[in-house]
This record gives sequence, structure tokens and C-alpha cells, in this order.
Amino acid sequence: MAATPQLQLRCCAASGCRSAGSEALQAALLAARDQLGGAADAVTIKPVGCLRLCGRGPLVAVDRSGGDGQEPSAGSTELYAELTPEQAPALLAAATGLGEGPAAAQRLDPAHPFFALQKPVVLEGCGVVNPESIDDALAHGSYAQLKRVLLECSPEQVRDQVKRSGLRGRGGAGYPTGLKWDTVALQPPGPRYVVCNADEGDPGAFMDRSVLESDPHRLIEGMAIAAYAVGAEQGYVYVRAEYPLAIERLRLALRQARGKGLLGGGIAGSSFNLRLEVRVGAGAYVCGEETALLASIQGQRGTPRPRPPYPAQKGLWDAPTLINNVETLASIPVILREGGDWYASIGTEGSKGTKVFALSGAVANTGLVEVPMGTSLRTVVQTIGGGVPGAEGPDGGVKAVQTGGPSGGCIPAHLLDTPVDYESLKALGSMMGSGGLVVMGETTAMPEVARHFMRFSVNESCGKCVPCRAGTVQLLQLLDRFVERRATLADLERLEELCTMVGATSLCGLGQAAPNPVLSTLRYFRQEYQAACRDPDQCEPLDACLLQEVTR
Amino acid sequence: MSVHTLTVDGVEVAVPEGASLLDAVRAAGVELPTLCHLDGLSPVGACRLCLVEMESSGHLQPACATAAGEGMAVLTQTPQLQHYRRMAVELFFAEGNHVCAFCVANGNCELQDVAVAVGMDHSRFPYQYPNRRVDASHPQFAIDHHRCILCTRCVRVCDEIEGAHVWDVANRGSECSIIAGLDQPWGEVQACTSCGKCVDVCPTGAIFRKDDTTGEKEANRERAGLLRSAREHHQWQNQ
Amino acid sequence: MTIPSTKLRFATVWLAGCSGCHMSFLDLDEWLFELAEHVDVVFSPVASDLKTYPEQVDVCLVEGAVANVDNLELALQLRQRTRLVISFGDCAVTGNVPALRNLWADVDGGSRQSVLDRSYLELADTGAQHPHAPGIVPELLERVRPLHEVIPVDLYLPGCPPSAERIRAAIEPLLRGETPAMEGTAMLQFG
Ligand SMILES: Cc1cc2nc3c(=O)[nH]c(=O)nc-3n(C[C@H](O)[C@H](O)[C@H](O)COP(=O)(O)O)c2cc1C
Ligand code: SF4
Ligand code: SF4
Ligand code: SF4
Ligand code: SF4
Ligand code: FES
Ligand code: FES
Repeated sequence: MAATPQLQLRCCAASGCRSAGSEALQAALLAARDQLGGAADAVTIKPVGCLRLCGRGPLVAVDRSGGDGQEPSAGSTELYAELTPEQAPALLAAATGLGEGPAAAQRLDPAHPFFALQKPVVLEGCGVVNPESIDDALAHGSYAQLKRVLLECSPEQVRDQVKRSGLRGRGGAGYPTGLKWDTVALQPPGPRYVVCNADEGDPGAFMDRSVLESDPHRLIEGMAIAAYAVGAEQGYVYVRAEYPLAIERLRLALRQARGKGLLGGGIAGSSFNLRLEVRVGAGAYVCGEETALLASIQGQRGTPRPRPPYPAQKGLWDAPTLINNVETLASIPVILREGGDWYASIGTEGSKGTKVFALSGAVANTGLVEVPMGTSLRTVVQTIGGGVPGAEGPDGGVKAVQTGGPSGGCIPAHLLDTPVDYESLKALGSMMGSGGLVVMGETTAMPEVARHFMRFSVNESCGKCVPCRAGTVQLLQLLDRFVERRATLADLERLEELCTMVGATSLCGLGQAAPNPVLSTLRYFRQEYQAACRDPDQCEPLDACLLQEVTR
Repeated sequence: MSVHTLTVDGVEVAVPEGASLLDAVRAAGVELPTLCHLDGLSPVGACRLCLVEMESSGHLQPACATAAGEGMAVLTQTPQLQHYRRMAVELFFAEGNHVCAFCVANGNCELQDVAVAVGMDHSRFPYQYPNRRVDASHPQFAIDHHRCILCTRCVRVCDEIEGAHVWDVANRGSECSIIAGLDQPWGEVQACTSCGKCVDVCPTGAIFRKDDTTGEKEANRERAGLLRSAREHHQWQNQ
Repeated sequence: MTIPSTKLRFATVWLAGCSGCHMSFLDLDEWLFELAEHVDVVFSPVASDLKTYPEQVDVCLVEGAVANVDNLELALQLRQRTRLVISFGDCAVTGNVPALRNLWADVDGGSRQSVLDRSYLELADTGAQHPHAPGIVPELLERVRPLHEVIPVDLYLPGCPPSAERIRAAIEPLLRGETPAMEGTAMLQFG
């Protein structure tokens, strides 16, 4: 290397910042660097994954290294937001100490709680490695655990570490990952498959996309380790077509990994073989449901089927199939590197490790947040998220927090001290879901929120079973009456009755959870529904409201 | 052959290994409404009428699509299940257009029977009046989508028994529809052998013979089961 | 239901239906005489000349769906003046044939316009024109509704038409002050 780089500019090249113009910015930075003449050699400009504060992209991190390689030393990183290509020369000038930088408001404080309270585990390489370079990933330790376990560990030992870690599935339901791996591994001999669920259909969720776009090799390594642990030689990553950049980077990463002998036959000199393929889904939310996803991979209509049998027993082509979420699998390399016990030391009794959230809605700082399980919602929303912009008061202008998307619920501000873990959220009538966290300000009308999600479920229902196919339509029409303030108390009763029925009798999780946004808003904001009911006393003798309705 | 013993509403029954919970329920002499299930076709668990409660967990499982297991205990007639069943039937009626009075299947319709069985005297859910199609392009048969309850029996019988795979499901949610071929007029789908199996298994008046008018549909709903069992047990007469 | 000391005040009403349910009612033949011993028919298109729905009616059989403003007004009025309202026949219970025009509710012009155009313009042999006589020809509602979507209904008597036996099986217990058991194919089957 000619000169040791003195400066490294990490430009976010993930979707959030791309949509804010990060590609043009990076090109402008490269051009500006070339203007530096001899000093240019001291400046590295590197595309990286998400730098977390997506709401203010495009973001660039400037690392001043002490001249000892590429690792930025703590405390010497500067972070800039909302940069325009025109500001590229100024940014470089400031970085090299040759002039004024961009406006002070664009300079972010890395010590701000938004960054300082995060605990990057799954995201440790996200924003650090170049997602398109396997060499960079290798330099940051990718595939080291795969090579090690292939050399040193039996599949049982791998599964044992995963069990010790206490890791639970990040796809929503929180099923213990180690247990699932055991179930697959202990099926009668025969072929088996490993599948990564990267369908991520919840509106407001972008955790999995960020992992795929920012650090795809971590996922591939996690999948390869999983395949080894359960005895699979074939795997699929099921990604929705709406994620073109993620698909592109994943495909590139797979090619690179094959090129390096990290996938394919006799991986890293061992006798372990693994073929991984990408399957692109057409973006149906229900195809994130595991049995629908498997049907879709097999080329069939993506509709769920009753379980049992579970995919771990009978999955792809009736063979035992391990299906895990992106974040679940991306946690595996760290768990093996640091040990299951280390991972289990983070988080709460029942929910170990960290969780990545996509924080959005009426909140000052929107973006990608990874925190230890058990962190309170208040910390996430108010301290990290900065509350509702411009709002005051103890709850920072927050009326409710929606977790779990269309399958989850709304948690009211007075319960913000709830720790984020599977059981606590469930007890409140919501759920962890995949990690979408939408903050709602005080002006939000709850029946409208419920209707918004119900409309989503109506549109995304696969139509196989009647409670969901027809029940959600009726629920939506009932909610219309509340939003338009022409409901009656009888409607309220029917709404609850039908919610219970749809939840209890639907075939898959989509229908079973579709009533949750209604039930949770009814639980905490019932008065808003009651206020939307007309007073029967005012309707006698000739029911004017009714007349209006039937003559409409 | 090994046998599983289980209880249905407290009554002990024994069924052979591989039997479904529905088989067990029937062995116990209990009547459970079903619509999507038909003996001889693979189970799909779609209509949710046969849901039973697992005594141990309180979970609801479709009897038709759940394997009977040793020691299971199921309840079939809890007030809650009856309540859900009636609501499901109301939802079926409200989502389509059922005018029994001039329906070819009037008096020979499983949906009608199920409505009686669950005591549905009216639908509390507003009728949706979807504007659906009628396809009479086939020389012998027709399909009136207004009466289709999306049970997919036609899809399965044509695929699994006749091997012609004429039918499929298109679209999602309430827009779902049975389609012939690649959403072509039925009469243009050359794969159709005109065997009439879909007419026989259709629980409603959705698929019917063109010469039948109001109340004249006669369906041989056992046909699928008979054929399947004949094939499995080689009960052919060679003459 | 309390046992009436005097004769029941009995009514039948004909909304948007084909009158088939009333014909079936007349099929009760000689049992009608028995019925007449227990009830006063205070309003009925087949058994009374009164044009205004009276007060204090005990039982009313309502045939037909709610399809026009007259149907709607009468339905609301009878509900106020009747103790026990019975949805009589499939049109009242489900909307049935009259409600089929609701299939065109979402097309241009809506179901009302579509059905009028079809009947009075497209299918007219001569002198195609819309009927227009304000105050005489009642205006159609945009959507035809089953009775219970407009007023609370106490008992459902499905069938198209309900057979005379079914009608009798439903009314007889009422005369004794009992609630009929609406169960089984004989009492419940639509069509
Ligand atoms: C309607 C529906 C949508 C789902 N969508 C996703 C999804 O987008 N991503 C995901 O990982 N899991 C999704 N799941 C959960 C999966 O079915 C499955 O539980 C999960 O992928 C298992 O992985 P895990 O154990 O690692 O969480 C969905 C479930 C349902 C019912
Ligand atoms: S619950 Fe909804 S999405 Fe799931 S199988 Fe039933 S119709 Fe399909
Ligand atoms: S299919 Fe059955 S329920 Fe539907 S109209 Fe025909 S007879 Fe009635
Ligand atoms: S008639 Fe036979 S071949 Fe034709 S669609 Fe029906 S089942 Fe299939
Ligand atoms: S046409 Fe008949 S058999 Fe086919 S899905 Fe519809 S109701 Fe079922
Ligand atoms: S996408 Fe650039 S910071 Fe998240
Ligand atoms: S018969 Fe079992 S779900 Fe339809």
C-alpha cells in the first residue's frame, strides 16, 4: 500500500440514503478527492451499509485513524447528515482540516443517545463493512466462525451454543432457535433444507433489508452454520421483489462466497457441502408465513396450510426444513464467536440478546436501532428517538407506539416504561413482531389506525379460509362506521365479537393476528370508539342517521 | 396396523394410525359440519367449520386436516365453537350471492344444509353483493361464481383424481376466484375431459350441468372417495 | 311472552317481495279460520282494507325486502307500533331476488339507475321513458336491504316462500304465548 490512509469516509449506500441521493453524493466525494492532488491518497471513500439515522440521509461518517489501518478509533468519528453533492468539497476540506465544513446542524453528535445507547451485535458490521466486497467482509472477520466450526465443532456442539445463547426467532413469534434446530436435526435421516425468511412484509419494517444491504456475508455465514448444524446441503433465501438492492447485493455476495470456496462443495476444505440460492417473492405479505413461503419456493400458490406438521418435520418437498428469519440467522456468527453464554448475558430472563428495530412515525430520530432486549419503550422512543418533534410533556407528545405492524397492537404512552421483550409486549396485547416500531403523536385517531391496518389485512389475506377472507372485509366495514362516526353500540359489540372469531378461527397467523390492532386500540382507547357511536335517543322517531345511510 | 385411542366429547374411540381427527369424530358418532373436506381429496382446512378444541391446550384445530394422535382429547360442541361455526356460515352467505329460490342446487346443497345445522336463520353481517361472473362456455357444464364458496374441491378433484388440473385459484382475499386453465373460458380449456367430477364434488350450485334447472342438481359426492379407494385397493373389475 | 288476555292484534305487511309469501299464507286454508279465532287482523294486503298501519299491533309478518322509500317508512312505522316483528320469507330475511340489483351498486350510476334503465329503457318496446310521478311512484333506495338491516327483527321465518306448514309451525306457538323453535330443515332452510 502506497500510503497509510489517514482519513476514511464511510458513505451510507443503503436504500434509505440512496433514496435521499447518496449515490450522487458519493460520486461527488470521489471527484472532490481527486481534486486534492497528492493528499488524495490519504483519503479512502468507502460505501457502507446503514449508518442508522436513515431519516436524515444521506449520511457520511468520517474516521480519522491514527494511521494504523482502517479501523476508526473511538471518539474520532464525525458524522454528517443530509449532505448534498455540492457540499462534497466542503466536507472533504473540513475532514482534512483545510476549511469550514457543512453547516453545523448537519454535523451529528456520535455521543447522542441515538447512537450511544445502541448495542450493535447483529449490526456490528452494518455501516462498517463494504457490502459489495467480500475481502472487506473477510477483513472484518466474516466466515471465520464458519471455518472454525467446520474444523473444530460437531453439529451438536454448534446447536448447543445456540441453545445456550437463548436466541429466539426474530421473525415475530419468538420460537427458541436452538430448539428448532434440534427438531430439524433429529428428524429421520434424509435430505433437509435451510431457508432464510427475508420476506419482511410488515409496513414500517426495514431491519432485514438493512442487514441484506449492509452486511450480506454475515447472513450467508449464519445460514451456512445453520445448515451444518442441522445437516442441510441446500438452502434458499426468500426475498421480496420490492428489495432490488438487497437482492442484488445478496446475489453478488453469494457469487463471491462461491468464488472463495465458502459455499459449494467441500467448504473451506471440509466435507461439508452447501448450495444456497435466492428465491424472489412477489411481495405478498402472507408469503412471509412459513408454510406459504415454502409453497412459494416450490412454485405453488403462496398460501398457508394448517400446522402441524411443522416445517421442521415436513417442509420443502416434505423434507425437514429449517426456516429462520434474517436477523435470527445473522446473530449466529457472533454467538459462535463470543459464545452462547455471552449472548445470554445480554437482555432479559426470557428474551436474550439484542433486537433491531425500525423506528419511524412521529419521532424526531427515525432509523435503525439495535438495543439490548429489555430496554424500555420509553428509552427507545423518547431518549433514542427524541420523542415527537416540537412536543413537550412527560411522554414527549407520544400518544401510542405501534409494534408488530398489522399483527401487533398499540401501546399507550402511559405504558412506555414497559421493557421490550416478547412476553411484556404480548401481555399488553401487542407483539414484538419483526421489529417495526411506529410512534404516534397525540393527534392520531385510533379507530383510523385500526382501520388502516385492517385494510392492509383485507388486501393481503390470501383468501384461503373464510374468517380471514370474509371476516376482515366485514371488520373493515364496521371500522368505517366508527371512523365516519355513524356506528352504534351494537356495532361495537359486533366488532368485538367478530374480532374474537377471526382471531380464534383463522388458519394462519395473518388472520389470527389481523384483529390485534382493533383489540389493542379498543383496550386502551375505548372511549374513542364510544365517542364515534351515535346516540340512539337522538334518532327517534324517524331515524335520520339510518335514513341517511339507507338512502345513500 | 397400530391404533390410536382418543376421546371425542368424552367418548373413547380407537382409530387406525394415519386417521384424521375427523375420522375419530365420526367414529364417535358425532356430527361435525364440514364444507371444504371431502373423503378422497387431500385436506386443506380452509372452511374452518370442523374446528375442534384440544382439551389440553384449548387450541382450535381443523379436524379434517389434523392427524389423530394417541391420547388426544377433543371437544366438538362447546358453545364457543357453535358460536364460531354459525358466524363462519353467515360469512359464507354474506360474501357471495345465494338466492336459493332459483338455485340449481336448492335442496341438494351442502351450504344450505350447514346453515340449517348451525341454526342460521339470518346473517348478521351485511351481504356484500360481489358482481361475479357466470361461465357457460363449456358444452355440458357451467360455473356460476356467485355461488362459489372457494372450498377448492373442484381444484383438488380435477388435479388429484382426474389428473387434468383444469382449475386453480386466482387473486387474493375477497377477490379470490376459481379459474379454468389460465383464466380462460372453461369451454376453451382443452385439458378438460368433461368427466364431470367437479360437478359431482362441488358442494353448492356453483358448478352444475346445463340441463339441470332450479333444484335439479344431483351430485354424486361420494365419487371422489370411491375412486380414490378403488385405486388404492385395486378394486377394479376386469371383464 | 305474556299470554294475551284478548285476541292478538295481527298484521301482515308486503314490502319488496313477489307476494308469494302471502300466497303461501293463504295456503293455510281452513287453518286460517282457526287463526281468526285467536287474532284480529288489523292490517294486511290480503285480509284488511286499512291503508294506515295501526297502533298497538302484537304480531306482524313482514314480507319483502326494503327497496324504496315507502318500504322504508312503513318498516320504521311498523317497528314502532308492533311488539313482535317477524321477517317473513327470504326477501325479508336476506334481500333475495329484489336485492339482486345491488350487484350493480358499484357500476356507473349505481344500482337504482341501472335497474331503471334496464327495465324502462333497454327493454321497452315503445315509448321508452323513466317512470316519474312524484308522490305516487316511490323513489328507489340505492341499495335494497333485508329487513333486519333497517329495523330490529324479533323472529326470522325463511323460505321462498315459507311453506304453509312452516308458517303455521311458527305462528301456532305464538298464539299460546310461546316462542317457536326455529330449527331443522323443516323450519330453517332457505329457498
Ligand atoms: C402473515 C405472516 C407474515 C410473516 N412474515 C414474516 C416475515 O416477513 N419475515 C419473517 O422472518 N417471518 C415472518 N413471519 C413468521 C414466519 O412464519 C416464521 O415464524 C419465521 O420466519 C420463523 O423464523 P424465526 O424462528 O427465526 O423467527 C410471518 C408470519 C405470518 C403469520
Ligand atoms: S388467515 Fe388469511 S392469510 Fe391465513 S390462510 Fe386464512 S385467508 Fe389466508
Ligand atoms: S349454492 Fe346453496 S346456498 Fe347458494 S343459492 Fe344455491 S342452494 Fe342456496
Ligand atoms: S369436468 Fe373433469 S376434467 Fe373437466 S374441469 Fe371438471 S373435473 Fe376437471
Ligand atoms: S366451484 Fe364449487 S367446488 Fe369449486 S371452489 Fe367453488 S364451491 Fe367449491
Ligand atoms: S440507510 Fe443510510 S442511514 Fe440508514
Ligand atoms: S372441513 Fe375441515 S376446515 Fe373445512
